[in-house]
Amino acid sequence: MSLSQPIRQTMLYGFACLLLPASAYANPLLQQTSLSAQSHGLLLAALVAAGIMFLVALYLLWSITRLNSQVREQKKPHRRERFRDYLNLLNSEQIQKILRIKKLPLLAGLLLYGSSCFAQQTTVVRKLINDPGIIITILLIMLPLLAGIAIMAIKVLNLLQQQRNENNRREAGEFANYLQNEADEATLQTLRDRQAALDYRLSGQELTGSGAPKDNRGLITYINHEEHLPFFATKKKAIKRPDIDTALSRLVVAFIVCAAAWLVIGTSVGEYVGIKFVSPDADHISWLSFGRLRPVHTNTVFWGWASLAMLGLGYYIIPTVSNTKLYSIKWGWYALILINLAVITGNICLMAGINNAGGEYREYTWPVMALFGIGLALTLANFFKTIARRTTHEIYISGWYIVAAIMFALVITLVAYLPWWQNGLGETIVQGYYMHMGVGMWFMFFTLGIVYYFLPQQLNKPIYSYSLGILAFWAQIFFYTVIGTHHFVFSSIPWWLQTTAIVGSIGMIIPVGAGFTNFIMTFKGMWHKVADSYTLPFFLTGIVFYLTGSLQGTAEAFRSTNLLWHFTDFTVAHSHLTMYGIICFFAWAAIYAVLPRLTGKEAPHATIGAHFWLALVGLLFYTIPLMYGSTLRGLLWMDGKPFIESVVMMAPYWLWRAIGGSLMWLSHLFFAYNIYKMLDKKATVDIAATAVAKLEKEYQQAPTPIQ
Amino acid sequence: MEFFNNHKKLFGTALLLFVFLTIIVAILPAMQNERKNKLLPGAEPLTADAAKGKELFIANGCVACHTQQVRNVEMDKTWGSRPSIAADYAGSRRTDVWRNTATLMGTERTGPDLTTIGTRQPSAEWQLTHLYNPRILVEASVMPAYPWLFTVKPQPGMGEVAVSVPEGYVAKGQKVIATREALQLVAYLASLKQTTLPDGAATPEFLYKRTVKAEGGAATAELDGEALYVANCQACHQPNGEGLPGAFPPLKGSKIVLDDNVELMISIIMNGYEGRIKEGYGPMPAVGVNNQLTPEEVTAIMNHEKSSWGNGAKKVDLEQVKKVLSTLKAPEQP
Repeated sequence: MSLSQPIRQTMLYGFACLLLPASAYANPLLQQTSLSAQSHGLLLAALVAAGIMFLVALYLLWSITRLNSQVREQKKPHRRERFRDYLNLLNSEQIQKILRIKKLPLLAGLLLYGSSCFAQQTTVVRKLINDPGIIITILLIMLPLLAGIAIMAIKVLNLLQQQRNENNRREAGEFANYLQNEADEATLQTLRDRQAALDYRLSGQELTGSGAPKDNRGLITYINHEEHLPFFATKKKAIKRPDIDTALSRLVVAFIVCAAAWLVIGTSVGEYVGIKFVSPDADHISWLSFGRLRPVHTNTVFWGWASLAMLGLGYYIIPTVSNTKLYSIKWGWYALILINLAVITGNICLMAGINNAGGEYREYTWPVMALFGIGLALTLANFFKTIARRTTHEIYISGWYIVAAIMFALVITLVAYLPWWQNGLGETIVQGYYMHMGVGMWFMFFTLGIVYYFLPQQLNKPIYSYSLGILAFWAQIFFYTVIGTHHFVFSSIPWWLQTTAIVGSIGMIIPVGAGFTNFIMTFKGMWHKVADSYTLPFFLTGIVFYLTGSLQGTAEAFRSTNLLWHFTDFTVAHSHLTMYGIICFFAWAAIYAVLPRLTGKEAPHATIGAHFWLALVGLLFYTIPLMYGSTLRGLLWMDGKPFIESVVMMAPYWLWRAIGGSLMWLSHLFFAYNIYKMLDKKATVDIAATAVAKLEKEYQQAPTPIQ
Repeated sequence: MEFFNNHKKLFGTALLLFVFLTIIVAILPAMQNERKNKLLPGAEPLTADAAKGKELFIANGCVACHTQQVRNVEMDKTWGSRPSIAADYAGSRRTDVWRNTATLMGTERTGPDLTTIGTRQPSAEWQLTHLYNPRILVEASVMPAYPWLFTVKPQPGMGEVAVSVPEGYVAKGQKVIATREALQLVAYLASLKQTTLPDGAATPEFLYKRTVKAEGGAATAELDGEALYVANCQACHQPNGEGLPGAFPPLKGSKIVLDDNVELMISIIMNGYEGRIKEGYGPMPAVGVNNQLTPEEVTAIMNHEKSSWGNGAKKVDLEQVKKVLSTLKAPEQP
C-alpha cells in the first residue's frame, strides 16, 4: 500500500505522541514499587526502561523535524544553486555518462512502496504486590514491552528513511531534468574541465627521474639493488662512531668477553642442576652434587657474568658521559683480574665443600669475597676520579646510578662479612638485608645507570624526564634499603622488622613506576625504530620485565601471599624474571650496542634474533609453569597434605623448567657466537676499503710524476 | 642545582643515606637481637659427632632445599609443635675463622623442614639408607644420593655399621658400610629437636588457622587414613606395605596388623617396638607420641593398614582405641 506524504507524516507524529505520554506516566506508576526494598532492582530497571523510551521518543521527534525542514528547504526557489552544488559532487565516470547521454530522456518517478506499521503497544500491569513472584513477572512483562518499543522505533526509522529517499528521488528527477533541458554550453564546459581535473594522475616518477641519484649530502647508504625474499627481518646497521681510545676499548672488550664466558659456564651449571630435579641420579660425584652446584650457578652468574658485564659497560659509560679519559686503564685491568680470580677460586671452594655456612649468595668465604671487594674498590676509585676531572658541568644521571651502585655494593659486602653482628639470628637479619641489597642496590641500580645511557643513545633522543630519573634514584635508596627481611616473613626475626620490609616493598612502586614511565615515554614517537633495530627489542623486553618483575616482588611481600608462595619455587621463578628478564636483557642490549662501536664489526642479525627469541621464550617456559606449579604446591601445604604429594605434583613443572632452561642456555651459546663475530679479526675483505688502501699504497710508492 | 653537580656532595649524600638506613634496618636489629636472646635452659649443646655432622650439612649445601624454621603459621604445624623463636638460634655462633654463623634457616623447602627431624624420624637405619639413596625409601624423592659417605665391601669390619640396601643398588655379595662422616651427619640430624619452653613461658601462637570445612557432621566424618599413613608411616613401611627387607618389616600380611586384639598394634604405633631386632629389623621409633597423633588419627591409620594391600582384618572403632590408649604408659624418656 502506498501512502501519500501527509498521511505518513501524520502517522509519525502520532507515534511520537504515543511514546511521550508512555514515558510520562511510567514514572508515578513505578515510584510505588520503591516502597519495597525488594523491588529496588525492579525500580532501577523500570527507570532505565522509561529513560530509554523517553530518549527514543525524543530521537524520533528530532528525526521527523529534520525531515520536515529538509522538505521545506527543497521547496525553496534557489534550486539552481543547489544543482550547481550537485554538479561538484559528480565523479569523473558520472560526468562521462552525462556528457554522452545528454540528449537521451531520463527515467524518473519510481514508485515507492511503503508498508503499514505494525508496532504494538502492550499495557503495563498496574497492580503491584511486594512479592518476588510478581516482581519477576513484571520484569518478564517489561522485557517484551521494551522489545516492542524497540521494534516500533526501528519501523518508524525505516519509515523516515523511506520518506527521505522519496524526497531525494524527487530531487534527483528534477536534477536530471535540469541537466537534460536547461544545461547550457557553459555548464558542459564546466563539467569537461572538472573531468579533466579529476582524471589527473601523477606519473609516479616526479621525485626520481631516470638518471643516477645524485646525493650531495651523503644521505643514501646501503643501497639494495635486488630485493631478496626477506627470510630474516632486515635491521639497521650500527652507526660508525668516532673511534674511542684503543686501550680503553681493549679493557671494555676484555670485561665483556670474560662476562660472556662466565654466562655460558654459569648457565651450563644452572641447566645441569635444573636437570637434576628431573633426574636426581644423573651423577653420584660429590663435587657435582646439587647442594654444591646450586651456589656455583648463582654465584657465577652474579659475580662472573652480570657483575663483569655491568662493570665493563660502566668502564665505557663513565669516561664517555664525563667527556674525559678514564683515570687509570691499569686499575681497570687489576679489577678484572681480581674479580675473575674471585669467581674461579670461589667456585672451586664451593665444589670442594668449602663455603661460608649457608647464607644465599654469600656462599663464597671472606678471603674469596675480599678479592671481589678489592676489585670493586679499585673500580670505584677509578670512576670517582674520572668523574672528578670531567669536562662536562653536570654529572649525567648514569654516573649517579653507577657510582652509587658500586659504593652500595661495597657497604653491603662489608656488612655481610664483618663478624660483629652475625651471632644467632643476627646472621639471618643480615642475610635478608644482604641478599636483597645485592640484587636491588647492586645489579638493579647499576643496570639502571646503563639503561639511562644506552636507551637514549639507541633511540637518538634525550631521556624523557631527567627529574623522574632523580626521583627514582632517591626513592629506590629510601625504600629498597629496608625491604631485605621480607624473605623471612613469619620467621622469628622481630615482627616490626618484617612489617617495615613489607611496607618498603609496597613503596617500591614509586621508583619502579617512575623508572618504567621514564623509559617507556622515551620511546614516544620512536616506536617505529623498534622494528628495525636489534638492540631495542632487548631494551623493551627489559623494560617490560622491569615493571612486571619488580611489582611481582611487591605482590609477593604481603603476608597473605607469603603464606602461599614462600619456600616454593615461586621465588626461583621471580628471581629469574628479574635477574634474567631485567638485568640480562638490559646487559645484552647494551653489549650489542657498544661492541660494534668498539670493534667496527657486527654480529649476524639472524643469530642475534635467535639469541633474543630463545632467551625470551625460554624464560617464559621456565617461569610460568614454575609459578603455576608453586601456587598449587603452596595450596597443598596450606591444606596440610603429606609433603611428598607436593613433590610428585611438581614433577611436570620441573620438567618444563628444564625445557625452558635449555632454551635459555642455547640462547647463550648464540650470544657467545655473536660476541665472537663482533671480535673476529679475519672478517670478510671490504672491497671498497681495500681498493682505497691499495691505491694509497701505489700512490705512495710511485715516483712523483714529472710535471 | 649546585648540589647535583658536585660529585663529592652528591655521592656523599647518597652513601650517608644508605649507610644510615643500613644501620637502622640491619646492623642495630642484628646487634640487639644478639644481646636480647639467650639460649633456652633446656637446650642441649651439639655432641662432638653432631657438630661434625653439622659441618657436613653445611659443606654439602643441604640448606639449599631444607629449611630449619617453623613459622608461626598453621601450615607449619607439620614441622614442629611450636613456632621457632629467636632463642632457638641463640646458640649459633661463628663456625670458625673462615666461616660465618650457620643458623641454617634456609629460604626454600624443596625438601621437608628439618627443625624436628630428630623427633619425626629418629631411626638411624632409615636415615642411613635414605642418605645412601633416597629413592630406595621414597620413590618420588628428588633428593641427591650421597654414596660418597659410604664404602662398599664384602664384609663389615669390627664396629662398622652396615646399611640395609636392596638388590640393584649395590653389587651382589657386597655390603654398604657407613663411613664416620655418614654417622656424624645422622647424629646431627638426630640432634635436631625443638627444646621445650621453660615453665611459665608463653608459647607463641600459630596464625592463619585452618577453617574446618565439615563442621556439624564432624563426629561421624572419618579422617583420611591413607593420607595419614603417607605422612607418618610410609617412609619406612612403603606405599605397598611391604617395608624394606632387612630394615623395615612389612605390614602386608603382618600378624600384628591382622590380629583382632589391637592392644599390641596401638602400643607399637604410639611407643615404638624393638621386638623384631633379632630378625634383622631395626627398632621402630615412638611415631605416635613423637608426632602427637590423636585417637582419631590412630584409628584412621589402623583401619587403613588393616584393610589395604590384601589385608582383610576387622576394623577398629574409636572407643576401642581410646580405651587401649588410656591404659598405655608413656615411653621411657632416653
